[in-house]
Amino acid sequence: MTDAADAALVEVLLRHADDNTILGQRLGEYISSAPELEEDLAIANGALDHIGVAMHLYEYAAEIAGGDASVDTYSMWRGEREFTNALIVEQPNTDFAHIVARAFLFGVCQTLLWEQLSRSSDERLAGIAARALKEATYHVTHARSWVVRLGDGTVESHTRMQAAIDEMWRFTGELFEPSDVDPALIDAGVVFEIATTRPQWDATVDAALEEATLTRPEDPYQATGGRSGRHTEHLGRLLAEMQWLQRAYPGASW
Amino acid sequence: MSYDVPLAEGESVDEIPVDGDQSTGWQLWEVFMRPKRGLAYTHCGSVHAADADSAVLNARDAYTRLGGTASLWVVPSSAIHASDDPASMFEPADDKPYRHPTFYEIPDEVGQL
Repeated sequence: MTDAADAALVEVLLRHADDNTILGQRLGEYISSAPELEEDLAIANGALDHIGVAMHLYEYAAEIAGGDASVDTYSMWRGEREFTNALIVEQPNTDFAHIVARAFLFGVCQTLLWEQLSRSSDERLAGIAARALKEATYHVTHARSWVVRLGDGTVESHTRMQAAIDEMWRFTGELFEPSDVDPALIDAGVVFEIATTRPQWDATVDAALEEATLTRPEDPYQATGGRSGRHTEHLGRLLAEMQWLQRAYPGASW
Repeated sequence: MSYDVPLAEGESVDEIPVDGDQSTGWQLWEVFMRPKRGLAYTHCGSVHAADADSAVLNARDAYTRLGGTASLWVVPSSAIHASDDPASMFEPADDKPYRHPTFYEIPDEVGQL
């Protein structure tokens, strides 16, 4: 591949790696705070899945980029403006309903993404995606079961589940924005246009919301900016906690 | 631990089911795991869950992370009826070796009977 195509692929890999790093860190914050030990395990498992996917993507990106790029330099030595994750994954946990809403709305998009990328002409990327697809499919199963259980539960749980869906909704449009990816990558079948999967996302989400007796939000406002490094105020604090050790003791390892 | 479940407007306490574990309303489920097709399910532990579907998910997260699982069963712990008094139940069998088929050779090719 040409240098330009290499650089474009690194950009795409970092984008998806950042999504998974930040969500993994967010879910990690919640460990020990879930309503029940079993949910704690489920959320910790999910967090580890996300961090695992991110690691494979960072590794691949570092190999292409060369130089001193590594999993650590990508995750620990980049600032807020250099992270290109979607805004939804950096949103605070708030309560269990918000965690479930975020996991579901983002998770459905991830299953569509990994399904696409598992057909990539880039074998390494296709392999990472095929593995991630299985994990993401389980994340959606788990999150969906809670969306339905809480939505179609008591008045209290319904109210809080609806509030969480309403809160997260404004960050879903960004997931399907036409990407500024190098068209050469798309022409070569390395990556695909995620926007084409939007109807499938709508159908899957609508079916779950209906079963959960929840209302699909009509809020037309959609936040954007994550892909170009313009984040909500929550990312900076998350990174401060995630990165402080590497920055205070550079090169620390165990 | 116990706490008052906050009530939303128009909701009564009667609508909130409290079965099993009084602290959460979640009952206990016994988990049985089968390592691969053809082998028997073996008991591997228990989980709390609100219903059978979520018990399967919880069992998956609690017991299958290390791999090597083909399928799971969950059974409400309350449905298990256990034996009692080991002295009269099982010890009478301990001194009756003639009940074991030890008087003829089993060819290796037979494998696990």
